[in-house]
Amino acid sequence: MGTIVFLILFPMIVAFALLLIKNDKGRDVIVIGASIVIAAMSIVVAIQFASGGGDYFSFNGEAVGYIMLVVEAGLCVYICITSAMHRKWLAFIFAIVQTPLIMWFEFSKGHGIEVESNLYVDRLSIIMILIIGIIGTLIAVYALGYMKDFQHHEDEHGKPDRRPWFFFVMFLFLGAMVGLVTSNNMIWMYFFWEITSLSSFWLIGYTKTEEATNNAFRALIMNLLGGLGFAVGIVILGTVFQTIELSQMLLIGTVYGDLIAIPAAFFAFAGITKAAQMPFNSWLLGAMVAPTPTSALLHSSTMVKAGVFMIIKLAPVLGMSNFAGIMTMMVGGITFLFASCAAISQVNAKRVLAYSTIANLGLIVACGGVGTAGAVWAGIMLIIFHAITKSLLFLCVGTAEHHIGSRMIEDMDGLFNKMPRLATCMIIGIAGMFLAPFGMLISKWGCMVSFVDSGNILLIGCICFGSAVTAFYWLKWMGKLTAVVAGEESIEYDVHRTETFVHITLVVLVVLVCLLFPLMSSYLLVPYLELTFGGLAGGIMSSGNMLIMVIMVAVIVLLTLFGFGKTSKPQVPIYLAGANTGDNRTYYGSMQKEVQFSLRNWHMEKYFGEHKMNLIGDVLCVAMLVIGLGYMIATLVSLMGGVM
Amino acid sequence: MSAAYVTKSPWVVHYDGSSCNGCDIEVLACLTPMYDVERFGIINCGNPKHADVFLVTGSVNEQNKGIVKQIYDQMPEPKVVVAVGICACSGGIFKDCYNVMGGVDQVIPVDAYVPGCAARPEAIIDAVVKGLGVLQAKRDAMVAAGDAPAEAPAEEAAPEAAEEAVTEEKKTPAVPPIFTMAEIKVNTMDHLKK
Amino acid sequence: MIIKSIIGIVAFLVLGPFVGGLLAGLDRKLSAKMQRRVGPPVLQPFYDVGKLFQKEKQTPTRFQDFYVLLFVIFVIASGVLFFMGGDLLLVIFTLTIGAAFLIIAAYSSNSPYAEVGAERELLAMLAYEPMVLITVIGFYMYTGSFRVSDILAGDSMPFLPLLGIFFGWLFILTLKFRKSPFDLSMSHHAHQELVRGVTTEFVGRTMGWVEISHWYENVFLLGFVFLFFANGTALGWIIGIVVAILTYFFEVFIDNCFARMKWQFAFKSAWVIAVVLGMINLFVLYICF
Repeated sequence: MGTIVFLILFPMIVAFALLLIKNDKGRDVIVIGASIVIAAMSIVVAIQFASGGGDYFSFNGEAVGYIMLVVEAGLCVYICITSAMHRKWLAFIFAIVQTPLIMWFEFSKGHGIEVESNLYVDRLSIIMILIIGIIGTLIAVYALGYMKDFQHHEDEHGKPDRRPWFFFVMFLFLGAMVGLVTSNNMIWMYFFWEITSLSSFWLIGYTKTEEATNNAFRALIMNLLGGLGFAVGIVILGTVFQTIELSQMLLIGTVYGDLIAIPAAFFAFAGITKAAQMPFNSWLLGAMVAPTPTSALLHSSTMVKAGVFMIIKLAPVLGMSNFAGIMTMMVGGITFLFASCAAISQVNAKRVLAYSTIANLGLIVACGGVGTAGAVWAGIMLIIFHAITKSLLFLCVGTAEHHIGSRMIEDMDGLFNKMPRLATCMIIGIAGMFLAPFGMLISKWGCMVSFVDSGNILLIGCICFGSAVTAFYWLKWMGKLTAVVAGEESIEYDVHRTETFVHITLVVLVVLVCLLFPLMSSYLLVPYLELTFGGLAGGIMSSGNMLIMVIMVAVIVLLTLFGFGKTSKPQVPIYLAGANTGDNRTYYGSMQKEVQFSLRNWHMEKYFGEHKMNLIGDVLCVAMLVIGLGYMIATLVSLMGGVM
Repeated sequence: MSAAYVTKSPWVVHYDGSSCNGCDIEVLACLTPMYDVERFGIINCGNPKHADVFLVTGSVNEQNKGIVKQIYDQMPEPKVVVAVGICACSGGIFKDCYNVMGGVDQVIPVDAYVPGCAARPEAIIDAVVKGLGVLQAKRDAMVAAGDAPAEAPAEEAAPEAAEEAVTEEKKTPAVPPIFTMAEIKVNTMDHLKK
Repeated sequence: MIIKSIIGIVAFLVLGPFVGGLLAGLDRKLSAKMQRRVGPPVLQPFYDVGKLFQKEKQTPTRFQDFYVLLFVIFVIASGVLFFMGGDLLLVIFTLTIGAAFLIIAAYSSNSPYAEVGAERELLAMLAYEPMVLITVIGFYMYTGSFRVSDILAGDSMPFLPLLGIFFGWLFILTLKFRKSPFDLSMSHHAHQELVRGVTTEFVGRTMGWVEISHWYENVFLLGFVFLFFANGTALGWIIGIVVAILTYFFEVFIDNCFARMKWQFAFKSAWVIAVVLGMINLFVLYICF
């Protein structure tokens, strides 16, 4: 237990230290040192608890509970004041409603509820801790170099150096995130949940431009709305079921599945807002104004995973049998389809990544909603693969942006020549996002099988069409990167060493995870699923198929190592209708004038316009949420009527 | 390499230079059911990188000489050039125009000449089929040279007119054009008589 | 079981290109007959590939051939997985990765013609992929297994329950075979604005390997048609093989009857078909089985 508490508190202490240190050297040392400690500690935790089925710790709750309440009250006041200052009244209202609600609950009902264990660690938490501890700290290390360039740019505009604040929030967030995935007490989880929301708010608004502030508030408002759902869920859970423990809730769910679906629906709603599902996806897109490490850490690999983590946790009480499950899976499925479609029309690399994140989270949410062992297997696999690959892609785009001065995909012409190492990392990342033997397709296999088994035809439609669209937008980007544009010189000499180190480490992780996923499956996922679901009903990739996948990855890796770019054939100019001037980029136009050609991809605005896709997705998802939550509230009211 | 596939699947790329388009249309006529060149495995593939036979109609001028040369260069060995029609052979009626350089052989080595204004489809087909002999000879030369290209891909800038054509001729492998213009004329006439 | 798999693999690896090449030859002969031409010899495709292997070696970039190699490997691998009785989803994913590498190979040369071809190929993929996945899921919903060997061992023909999906599959076969009206990304014959599309920059034996992979791919795609009819009995096998061959010549017929359509039509029609024939068929399956 000590290790867990250490992992929660240590990053927070480091955070305060970073807030005080103003010079680059000291910050570098502390961040790298703390990162090594956190990563090592998370591996220790993994080894320590991997063999056990799930360890619950009582941890003296009283004092901690009060401290949390005080902090929470303070945060509530802070949010109210800030939002009032910026005249964001929605944020004000959401904050002023939910915190008193939790306070009231804690003081009136909370005391009567016996909490056996406040913290716990099971294999799912281990996976999350590993992601936070390794990927999270890698991103923090990357941020060192990135933020130097970023600040350099800010200096030109005479902006103050706010990097201590940036790293403070990053590390505060890491601690809160570990707390979130190890809380068994829902009130504790709620506390960490709010801290992550605030971290996101602070980091999105980091540059303090008008756009950043507005987007930060949008994120805050939507997350507070989710927090409100969370608070309502806690109140219902505590009032009706007399417990605020997650484990108890799941236990009750095995007997009273229909009833437990009521608070579950509200928790799922909170998860849906956090995971930026439609209609709440606009906050994640707005969040792309933040510095790239923020997008990598909070908005793709960890914080948004808190939402899906919650839903995956709830999976046993969701499913086709109740409205909470159907609501969740449909919102996830619809978001997957329409967010993928919207990604086609995007030219901004970060927005493509954002839409892809939303889509993948949608798939995980849908998996959680389906709630079978197979679906959860696929969902957890997605969490792992997505965390690694997507952070790699974000960090690559961040570096590319600082060197080619643009984050537009169309400006990445010739990146393969300009920045060969970076482009290769990016290509591997993209391959990891959609190509067969690499990570995501393994999970997509699982998704498809479990969706079909669930019998939800609409969900099958979502994944069939969504997968085709996903391949489309990744491939056209990958094509852009692989194109060898003659005459471009390498400009890769001044990339920060920390950045390169992180890229390479993540690439190694991507490949390793693809090669070792059968081991992960059998040592972490399968035991977890057996404990949670009391056995596996199929839907998990057979060992033969896993072997084939691994062989394919091995073949590609080996061929790449030994054959990539090696050829004895003479190189000849490309065909330009006989008018190639010889440099492969210009041709003789009319009057023998040399004309340079440029190649552009399809964005199919007419079919997959962002606005249209969002509109359709929003309408459908709102309908699902209204039906789902409405049904739950109606059930609750009729239940209460029965009691009274 | 005993199996002589080069002669069984001559893919054609066709370029129309300075011409009245008469020969151009006769080349296309070869594809029609009437003549059906696909019988011989001939496909008009429109891409020098896939082609074995370069059909040029029309004469070469200052504007298109670079293009003719480049298309020729971009064809992988073994390859054959067929000049179709009198303009492609010698410049024909356009010979004395201020910008016309003359026949195709002013820019690239030509292996077979098809006279006529316009050249008849039978004659064109005949020339292509006869040109297969050159293809085979070039392939044999390639095999003899250890599967290396019979002619090093020319990378130099497009040279000036006539002298260059002569040097090009010298550089090409020791396979002379199989027909002189007179011969092919006789052949064509025989063919027509049949 | 294992012996059957091995027989399947060896038969596919050895016979695949022969059958595929022969079908391609028959295609050209039949097309010629439809146009009242004599047409090339039936073995012409083999001559063509033989010729391509005898050409000079060239490449526009150092990297293109590597991607083509992966394309060849994965297309063949998908067929191998299929004929050894493997998992259909895995087969489809492998085929997708093969197609992806062909597209990447075309992109890598940065040649405008190849890139336009690659983008059109990408569009074709976008158009046919949903229907392919729906087909696989249809088989799973009806037979309860993704494994080809289990589907083959089933005692009833999936054809009738999967009627809509069968016609949907026929529709996208035109896209997959790259036949008119959907020969968007490349075509064997010239007279198109993108020269040779995807294959523009493939020279000599590179092009030869691409042709051979297409033979493998065609055989494998017809194997899917066969799967609609296969059941444990000899009759099922005969019907399956006959229908698979008929399907191929039906595609040739379609090829000769249509001019090329715009990509908008290819995309819209394929998706509409996937929704109307595919999704509704799945729904019917869900209700009835």
